[in-house]
Amino acid sequence: MDARGLLCPLPVIRIQDQAKDLPPGAEVELIASDPGVIEDVPAWCRMHGHEVMQIDESRTEIRVLVRLCDDDS
Amino acid sequence: MISGGLDSMLAAQVVLDQGVDVEGVNFFTGFCVEGHTHAVRKKQRTKRKRNNALWVADQLGIKLHIVDIVDEYKDVVLNPTYGYGKNLNPCMDCKVFMVGKAMDLLGFDGFDYDFVITGEVIGQRPKSQRKDTMPIIARDSGADDRLLRPLCAQLLPPTLPERNRWVDRSKLHAFSGRNRKPQMALAEKYGFVDYAQPAGGCCFLTDKSYSSKLQDLWESRAQRDYELDDIMLLKIGRHLRPRPDFKVIIGREEGENRFLEGYRRSFLHLRTISHEGPLALIDGTVDEEGLELAARIVGRYSQGRLADVVRVCVTSRDGVSQDYEVEPMAAHEIPQDWHIGVNTS
Repeated sequence: MDARGLLCPLPVIRIQDQAKDLPPGAEVELIASDPGVIEDVPAWCRMHGHEVMQIDESRTEIRVLVRLCDDDS
Repeated sequence: MISGGLDSMLAAQVVLDQGVDVEGVNFFTGFCVEGHTHAVRKKQRTKRKRNNALWVADQLGIKLHIVDIVDEYKDVVLNPTYGYGKNLNPCMDCKVFMVGKAMDLLGFDGFDYDFVITGEVIGQRPKSQRKDTMPIIARDSGADDRLLRPLCAQLLPPTLPERNRWVDRSKLHAFSGRNRKPQMALAEKYGFVDYAQPAGGCCFLTDKSYSSKLQDLWESRAQRDYELDDIMLLKIGRHLRPRPDFKVIIGREEGENRFLEGYRRSFLHLRTISHEGPLALIDGTVDEEGLELAARIVGRYSQGRLADVVRVCVTSRDGVSQDYEVEPMAAHEIPQDWHIGVNTS
């Protein structure tokens, strides 16, 4: 998911909305430019039971790999 | 409803304490102060970068659902039934709309809940949080007595969750007024630290300068409307309108320049190349003379402001560049009324 140029919480909203349409166990890679995702995506994952597999940060972008759990909402 | 501030955090905790199952909902309008602060922060700044609503929910151990209401919210901003507050803040209509949206979620979209909780406190806000306006919000939103305000519930008629003993009214609170001490004492009791400090609210529409820029946007386009990008850009940079047909948006620091770079394909943009300088976008229609004027303004905010000549690269939306050699404007050549949202009275 390309969320570059979007400010938090929009990257989280995008991954949240995408997650509704994906099966449990699916992996989503989020590419963002707002450094807020480094805190926000793991927080969102913790509360919904998803797993952050990896976070890579470069000078211009952040990549977060998330594995979706069988969330109930 | 979790805004990310202390009051909604406390309200949720008060109800969680009674063994009630709570989930959070946060509405993204595009006017949230928080997104802006994330965008413009330089990476080296020590303050942690986080969304306050997510942080609050994480601290409370509840789920948070963030709902994008940007499009629907336009009608609230453009046509508020109860009018605006001191600036372009439609606080009454906003609260009615958000409580109504929260009510819409009850029983739908995977939710199975019975009532809505807010962190409202009587007398906290001049318009939307008064004893006489709170019942209007409950009525107009359709929530009626399914709207519980745990921080001031004891000063209001009992709601459905109280009458049905889903919550114990005696364990709710009777906070009122703008004094924050009761909230801070309750926060201390719960061990809440590092929560977002209330500093003028969490909405840019309450901000005088921002409201001036939004008003200018409407006047310049002869149309009261906006897109998400419009209202995001109003949060960023200096906005100067040297001609009625266009304005120049100039980054004030590295973080803003980086953010504006994301708009280079949507706007004519300028950058000094002979000296270090900001990125600037042109919003509107500009002719050759206007471009030169814009280049001189951008020169003023570059490291070459005292030079005889600066070279400015102007790039069109489709990537075609042209260099201009111009004399940077002196400070006194830029009339105060070109600055939108500065020193407005």
